[in-house]
Amino acid sequence: MVNRIIVGAHYGLKDWLAQRITALLMIGYTVIFLVVWPRPMSYAGWKALFAQGWMRFATFLLVASVLIHAWIGMRNVWMDYVKHTGLRLALEVATILWLVGCAGWAMQILWRI
Amino acid sequence: MPDLTAKKKRPLWYNLSPLNLPLPGLVSILHRVSGVVLFLGLIAFLYLLDLSLASESGYAQAAGLLRAPIAKLLVIASIWALLHHMCAGIRHLFLDVDIGTSLHTARRSAFAVFIASLALTASIAVRIW
Repeated sequence: MVNRIIVGAHYGLKDWLAQRITALLMIGYTVIFLVVWPRPMSYAGWKALFAQGWMRFATFLLVASVLIHAWIGMRNVWMDYVKHTGLRLALEVATILWLVGCAGWAMQILWRI
Repeated sequence: MPDLTAKKKRPLWYNLSPLNLPLPGLVSILHRVSGVVLFLGLIAFLYLLDLSLASESGYAQAAGLLRAPIAKLLVIASIWALLHHMCAGIRHLFLDVDIGTSLHTARRSAFAVFIASLALTASIAVRIW
């Protein structure tokens, strides 16, 4: 039962906007990646690509975008299909922990090179 | 002004099965499915990135893993999920700024999303197989 006036409180506007901005960033990264990825593929070329400062910067933005984008998307999925509040909260927390952990892992991969 | 807080008697269950799911609806649900697939595939992607950047032998190991037929199938499925999600997402971005919102155009762009993502997936699949 919805017992609130659903106008004027920006319900979800920030998430909606973040979803779109991160989508554009990921599209931009894809375009850049298709231009710069080493052809033919080799370990040396692959490593050299991610050793560059700007590539790490761009990949960091990609990781941050995936984190935010996937969080909003997965939260929407949990909100739509999981009606049990406790279970939904657990799944949402697990999603956040998992995504933040993955982002940390990605940073470790990039800055270890 | 309608009272938005009024308690109305609403049906609790809609039987949607007699309705056809139109093409834009199919694109929409596959957008969601492909998003969840990509979320679940994140770990495999990170594992391969980690392995391939760790060392020369790690790179060879990652390349070896990707040569198995089952791995190729999973890669092709992931590429489809990524391409469908991206094409449907780009369509969504246009719809958000009121481009292509007429029924006719929306149906055509939904069709284009299908064809584009399947054709791109097929062209990549042929190359990596």
